[in-house]
Amino acid sequence: MSAARDEVLARIRAAISAPTQAHLPVPREYRTSTTLGADEAIELFVDRLVDYKATVHRTDSAGLSSTLSSVLNSDKSVVIPPGIPAQWRTACTDGVRLVLVDGDPAPLTAGQLDEVGAVVTACRVAIAETGTIVLDAAPDQGRRILTLVPDHHVVVVFAEQVVASVPESLIRLEPTRPLTFISGPSATSDIEFKRVEGVHGPRVLDVIVVS
Amino acid sequence: MTHTFLGLPAYAPEGVGNLRGDETFPHAARSALKNTQLRRNLGIATSTIRAKRAAVVGELPDWEQLRDAGAAIKADVMARLPELLEQLEAAVTARGGVVHWARDADEANRIVIELVQATGAREVVKVKSMATQEIGLNEALEAAGISPVETDLAELIVQLGHDKPSHILVPAIHRNRSEIRETFLREMPDVPDDLSDEPRVLAMAARAHLRRKFLSAKVGISGANFAVAETGTLTVLESEGNGRMCLTLPETLITVMGIEKLVPTWRDLEVFLQLLPRSSTGERMNPYTSMWTGVTPGDGPQSFHLVLLDNGRTAALSDEVGRAALHCIRCSACLNVCPIYERTGGNAYGSVYPGPIGAILSPQLTGIRGHGDPNSSLPFASTLCGACYAVCPVKIDIPSILVHLRAQTVDHARAERLPNAELLSMKAVGWTMRSPLRFGRAERLLRIGRLLGWRRGRISALPWPGSAWTTSRDLAVPPKETFREWWLRERGQPGPPGDVGGSP
Repeated sequence: MSAARDEVLARIRAAISAPTQAHLPVPREYRTSTTLGADEAIELFVDRLVDYKATVHRTDSAGLSSTLSSVLNSDKSVVIPPGIPAQWRTACTDGVRLVLVDGDPAPLTAGQLDEVGAVVTACRVAIAETGTIVLDAAPDQGRRILTLVPDHHVVVVFAEQVVASVPESLIRLEPTRPLTFISGPSATSDIEFKRVEGVHGPRVLDVIVVS
Repeated sequence: MTHTFLGLPAYAPEGVGNLRGDETFPHAARSALKNTQLRRNLGIATSTIRAKRAAVVGELPDWEQLRDAGAAIKADVMARLPELLEQLEAAVTARGGVVHWARDADEANRIVIELVQATGAREVVKVKSMATQEIGLNEALEAAGISPVETDLAELIVQLGHDKPSHILVPAIHRNRSEIRETFLREMPDVPDDLSDEPRVLAMAARAHLRRKFLSAKVGISGANFAVAETGTLTVLESEGNGRMCLTLPETLITVMGIEKLVPTWRDLEVFLQLLPRSSTGERMNPYTSMWTGVTPGDGPQSFHLVLLDNGRTAALSDEVGRAALHCIRCSACLNVCPIYERTGGNAYGSVYPGPIGAILSPQLTGIRGHGDPNSSLPFASTLCGACYAVCPVKIDIPSILVHLRAQTVDHARAERLPNAELLSMKAVGWTMRSPLRFGRAERLLRIGRLLGWRRGRISALPWPGSAWTTSRDLAVPPKETFREWWLRERGQPGPPGDVGGSP
């Protein structure tokens, strides 16, 4: 193994005629900040999500509970990560719904999650220009598997989490956490280039924007 | 394995992997052009993606600045590649991953097979990956008694149909819905007999077929779009969620990545996460992007292996002009704008890397083994129109590299003293044009051509050696009068000798 390592590195050094430790200059004339106001950013974010066929619900913190329970109306069971606020958890339990908490008492298996209808999570940051929601597996978002196996993902986005552009989002993220960027429900255009929404990931994405 | 000199850049070995077809491009293209289904599908797909790309690229006022940054970052990566690879290795190792180095396809395949065998798994789930197609990993796994399951819908269609991918982004674009339905009925034991050919129904059949495989998978195999040297973070961009499944559910994850797919810093991703989706699928962002750094306790695979692959990349890197081909981020925008690709499709190129980028990448990875090598014909599979350069998100000057590689091929033929139609005709033209007398006679001789095409105004068939031209294109009928005859008639005297440029 180390012989291969040494040889590949030696080949590269031989191939680069003038090996250098100096960095070549990178022009960064592209936009790294925005002139978009907070409200404009949210409007743009919602517009992008709708374009991706995600369902968007606008509410305020007082209306969050009732929005959550109505979005979950047709789900018989829901899984939540251990760290979501108690208020959300109560809203999920509303009615006769079965609520599973990942890690309480034990982490759920893929097989168990396959039987669950929906998952409710928070997010880390959202990008308006691209309609993207980023999860970083914090306790209010849970392990990556939670938002992957259930067929219905409900994600709560707070207005202050919405940034305008990709560069503004990356500085808010910790690269070594497991990150998932979600831009609409899963989709494919592999058959005759006809778009089909919903393949392996959750086929329904509900986004609750709290202003 | 034979290594003559330690540390000399080496081409990808023959006899393994999918970097070279069986026949030259003109031969393969001739049969591809007869496939009307293929041409119709390609026409629809390429024009649709072109329009989508143009729309979302137009939304960004700083697109050109992003391209400039992307090109500069990649040039910086190539200049500092040894240092950056060592940095990546250290970062991945520090976070619980294991880094392996593979000189070529055989070595990479052997590493992956041994890793899979160590887990005891007989089946692996795969995310669409150009690198693993390049090295023929599926064939090697099958030979070792391990079943690779392609999980991208198009790759699954290609795999179940025992077919070859024809586009980097939409590999099954040459198949229509009824062909796909028949493949599914034949190869998937669990689909109902009354399966319709609606794309949605077919996609749901694939979902059901793969779901049990995902939930029980022990080993996942992926490629990588980017690796961040400073943090050890790996990235996969995808649409269907099959990537997330393969990267999250198995206990063991093996990622095979070309040594050139690095970016130096986390911040650099802000450039490529904007360039790639818009150039590739014509979306503002692809539905899913996954990023992981080594192993995260309790979340996702608890065993992670990264295989860093050379397989001819160092040979490409040693060519100062050609090395820019390694900047490629596999978006496939150049395929969709190429007038050649649009008509022949990907299979005519023989390699897993088709289109304009394939025409410069494949021959550089494999080297040209001499006269008749299919890859020696690839740099000629272009009109040099430059559309590929105009859309490339990292500004690879593909036309210039094509010309550079053509020159190498011609030099190669000259060195081998092979009879070469192009060299002979250039010599003949040179001899004719050196003398005004000979040139004048040749001009008058050409007028015979008027007889051949007098009815239609063009010539469609010439005897050999002219047939080399007319088998693929028409020739305009020569005019009644040459320029010099017209000059003589209008001005009554020959032009001043040597006055080529003319004066107003």
